[in-house]
Amino acid sequence: MAATQKQAITGAGPLNGLLTWIDQRYPLMSTWREHLAEYYAPKNFNFWYYFGSLAMFVLVIQIVSGIFLTMNYKPDASQAFASVEYIMRDVPWGWWIRYMHSTGASAFFICVYLHMFRAMLYGSYRQPRELLWIFGVFIYLCLMAEAFFGYLLPWGQMSYWGAQVIVNLFSSVPFIGEDLSVWIRGDYVISDATLNRFFAFHVIAVPLVLLGLVVAHLLALHEVGSNNPDGIEIKKNKDPRTGIPFDGIPFHPYYTVKDTFGVAVFLLVFCIIVFFAPEMGGYFLEYNNFIPADPLKTPQHIAPVWYFTPYYSVLRAVPPMFNSQFPGVLAMGISTLILFFLPWLDRSPVKSIRYRGPLYKSALAIFVIAFFLLGYLGTEPTNVWGQFGDWLGGADRATVAARIGTILYFLFFVLMPWYTSIDKTRPEPQRVTS
Amino acid sequence: MSDKPEINPGRRRIIVLSATAGGAAAVATALPFAASMLPSERAKAAGAPVEADISRLQPGDMQTVEWQGKPVWIIRRTREMLESIRKDDDLVTDPGSSVQQQPDYAKNAFRSIKEEFAVIEGVCTHLGCSPQFKSVEARAEMGPDWNGGFYCPCHGSKFDFAGRVYKGAPAPINLRVPKHTYLSATTILIGEDKKGA
Repeated sequence: MAATQKQAITGAGPLNGLLTWIDQRYPLMSTWREHLAEYYAPKNFNFWYYFGSLAMFVLVIQIVSGIFLTMNYKPDASQAFASVEYIMRDVPWGWWIRYMHSTGASAFFICVYLHMFRAMLYGSYRQPRELLWIFGVFIYLCLMAEAFFGYLLPWGQMSYWGAQVIVNLFSSVPFIGEDLSVWIRGDYVISDATLNRFFAFHVIAVPLVLLGLVVAHLLALHEVGSNNPDGIEIKKNKDPRTGIPFDGIPFHPYYTVKDTFGVAVFLLVFCIIVFFAPEMGGYFLEYNNFIPADPLKTPQHIAPVWYFTPYYSVLRAVPPMFNSQFPGVLAMGISTLILFFLPWLDRSPVKSIRYRGPLYKSALAIFVIAFFLLGYLGTEPTNVWGQFGDWLGGADRATVAARIGTILYFLFFVLMPWYTSIDKTRPEPQRVTS
Repeated sequence: MSDKPEINPGRRRIIVLSATAGGAAAVATALPFAASMLPSERAKAAGAPVEADISRLQPGDMQTVEWQGKPVWIIRRTREMLESIRKDDDLVTDPGSSVQQQPDYAKNAFRSIKEEFAVIEGVCTHLGCSPQFKSVEARAEMGPDWNGGFYCPCHGSKFDFAGRVYKGAPAPINLRVPKHTYLSATTILIGEDKKGA
């Protein structure tokens, strides 16, 4: 047998025997070497490179806290709200576990948004990392589904009416819409059947897909190797004797130590929020959700949680056409799906923002401003800034601003092939800079 | 056995055929799972009609009844409210109720059986929120041509006291009038009309 010819493990003290026994029956050492000890990452990672590992850390927080929440939560329309109250008041440490989970949801999106922005800064989605990026966008979409399904579970007013609006988005799809939304709800209105199936999706179906995608994302990353702030390939400059990139350092121990430091800083901020500001002024937990779901009464003002608001703004900004809300729904869908095409829209000869010209830098800045503007407007009612005078037909100022933001958001992608190809770039260095 | 593996077309064909049959069986297996997500027999049966007692409803007030999990409004309209509906004819998308959002017996100027009482499903035809009652006094926030009606807090659609949608609103059509009938002068049966259909 080939396996018995593997070298015995040394250097693990009393565990040498056990590890050798395992290694001869399982790819223990080869996996360790390939993904940690001999995975060579560029030596110039900076601040932005914390958020991938942090997102994974938050995933662990969500899974662990989620498992313990299911021990006391009841996915039943007549008991759900009370069971969350029970967790908060009567279950020992229940409040802590739930605040961890609710804060974790927002933390997850913060990490993922910053992680995606890092990719846009340094061109990490470019060839040969297109598939890595596509797996990442799928993870992002899964995360949105996970957050949406989870938000119905407390069965508060925002849970109920948020789900009502989002599921009704599907009913605007031409021809099949009405049947599609009934199929999603399992009823003609949001009801116990809907709550029960959303629980199934939130607790098992989506997390399984999410975990699979995370594995695929990591395998793709380790196949092509990490990008870096200079956006150059470290594999082009290898030591001819060892085959190790000159600018690479082993992930373990260098980046495991760095990421552990990142986790420590993250936990400090995370714990401050969990213990002192779990509601985050209504942004992490909306006050209307402390009222039990009432199918007969919509709250005065409904808005999704902050991480969905840029897309919600896009939805509201597009006016109905041909007696249908579908164009707005379509625009909202495209605004997320367009991310898939980023690797092919970018025609710049360089990857990193460090060597890009003023056009891309301005475009990215405008995109970020538009994203924040849309995000802010999505948390507010459309009359938040009042109305224009008669010269603009008395239109809501915020709606006009959201329309401009939506146009800028799409122009960033649509015009990208043009402005990245004519942009004045600077030459990339041969080796990474510090 | 030769050194070179040769493709055996007969075996290859059997592999393709059996894989196709297996794939078709797998797809067919998915259908019952998908079908299990449709409304159950119990959910379908839950649409029983409900009775509403309107004996204590004051002129100008409204009451809300739950039918099929949805809010149904009964509004006792005053003379002024009925007048306001006439004034709204130019402001609404479908003044003549030409789109089938009401039973035939409610396809009239006030979209009701009796002029005084409106029976309307309080579900916005845009994305399903429940609009709020806004009297004519809300003109300051609703705009100068507001004659009273309903305002949807989710996306700003406006409706008049007959549930007709204002032009320019995100909602495409009028609010739905459910099947209903008067069992007595003060009792309305919602969800069923005289034919019992």
